[in-house]
Amino acid sequence: MKTPVIVGAAECDLGVTNKSILELQAQAVSRALADAGLNISDVDGIATNAISRFSATSLADYLGIEPKFTESTFAGGSSFEMYVARAYHAVSSGQCKVVVISFASNQRSAKSRSLGGVVEHHTPEAQFETAYGPLFPLSYYAMAAQRYIHDVPNGREALSEIAISAREWALLNPKAYRYGSKSLTLEEIESADMISSPLRASDCCLVTDGGGAIIITNSEIAKNLKSKPISILGFGESTTNTSMTTHRDLRVTGAKQSGDIAFAMAGVSRSDIDVVELYDSFTITTMLSLEGLGFVGKGEGAEFVLDGKTRPGGSFPLNTNGGGLSYCHPGQYGILLLIEAVRQLRGECGERQVANAKLAVAHGTGGILSTNATVILGAN
Amino acid sequence: MFPYLPHEDAISAPFWAATRERRLLIQYCAVCNQYQWYPRAICISCATDNLEWREATGKGSVDSWTTVHRAPGEGFVPPYVIARVLLSEKVIMLTRLVGIESPACDQAVELSWQELSDGRALPVFG
Repeated sequence: MKTPVIVGAAECDLGVTNKSILELQAQAVSRALADAGLNISDVDGIATNAISRFSATSLADYLGIEPKFTESTFAGGSSFEMYVARAYHAVSSGQCKVVVISFASNQRSAKSRSLGGVVEHHTPEAQFETAYGPLFPLSYYAMAAQRYIHDVPNGREALSEIAISAREWALLNPKAYRYGSKSLTLEEIESADMISSPLRASDCCLVTDGGGAIIITNSEIAKNLKSKPISILGFGESTTNTSMTTHRDLRVTGAKQSGDIAFAMAGVSRSDIDVVELYDSFTITTMLSLEGLGFVGKGEGAEFVLDGKTRPGGSFPLNTNGGGLSYCHPGQYGILLLIEAVRQLRGECGERQVANAKLAVAHGTGGILSTNATVILGAN
Repeated sequence: MFPYLPHEDAISAPFWAATRERRLLIQYCAVCNQYQWYPRAICISCATDNLEWREATGKGSVDSWTTVHRAPGEGFVPPYVIARVLLSEKVIMLTRLVGIESPACDQAVELSWQELSDGRALPVFG
């Protein structure tokens, strides 16, 4: 068995690009390959989605390659953490040697995002939920947040702290959409537009273009490359619901199953982790993942974050690029969690670098807390 | 107020037909002795396709709720309240709360109806 490692990571252009999805994809792939010291002709595996109905096929054709492995699981923002697991198996079994995992969206330039989401009329959700008029996915997260605030003392304040902390990190990241802006204040949060109560605009991720790619190969090939390989120590996933009504407890997500499997595989404990990248589509998403992954117990996340320990310089560095809330959110943010984790473990993060980062968690969520996938990475 | 007319299919047709008489039908599995929501071709506990329809009591409690302030599409007129209601049959439905000024989690609610333009109706709670 060959040991898979991550040897390349890069973003495409972010923010407002006025570029096509495939141009952004090509940027991401070519930059990640350059970062790794590999050529496009070395790629024999592709994992991507959201280009077209035949996404991996489209990208292979656009890049002019005929891969031995393709993967297009469509699980929303956690897809890319799932692809790490699929690529791990493909590389370790020898099915292929170099997998590129990539994503890009031009949703802000193309104005392609709708508050109601995409309705597929034949689905049970369309039959039994769409008519009531929820924002999709926003209103589901809003109901999770409402329940959290109802049950947990200082829950509202804690969600605000997650947004404030993300902004502080973004102010240290020149690529962040909010770089060069100011610290987020409680007054700003309290006066932000209410979208779907209790979630205000300040609780919601950005809507931007962007994306990126990572390269996974085996450790034999990695030996001859210039980049410092990053180990894939553990992964896990969970798929729970697509209806807004089938998951009983809004406060318990698939993060628990996903995290338990990943930590068991990695053989490390929660307290060993140096850097934590948790999908922050909404402030509540991060909170439920923090608790579900076992960094704190159920309902303990509010007290945990309120002392500011997740901010730069704190004891629990969280969403160190500024997150989907203040750095970039191209619709499916999962690829960018992985890129930031890799860069922190390589020590490339400049002002926002977490000192001596050896172990990182990237945890993606997708849909309406529908899917969760965890990846644990290590510096060699 | 309800611009989206839901499609229906062979499985869900009895549910939608009953809404014309303002009766809320929930699928019930006599083998497992439990209800399920939403309607499906099989029981999700034992996989039998021999499911019954039973009329719900119409009593429930608010699991959670949100006031929607932006329209998800043409014809929706916010603000309005969306909720997950836990029925006494132990299934959760997505619905709207009507006539409740300050909703709260765990609040007791009862079934009422909002008519759709084609004569069917949506179960809502208040």
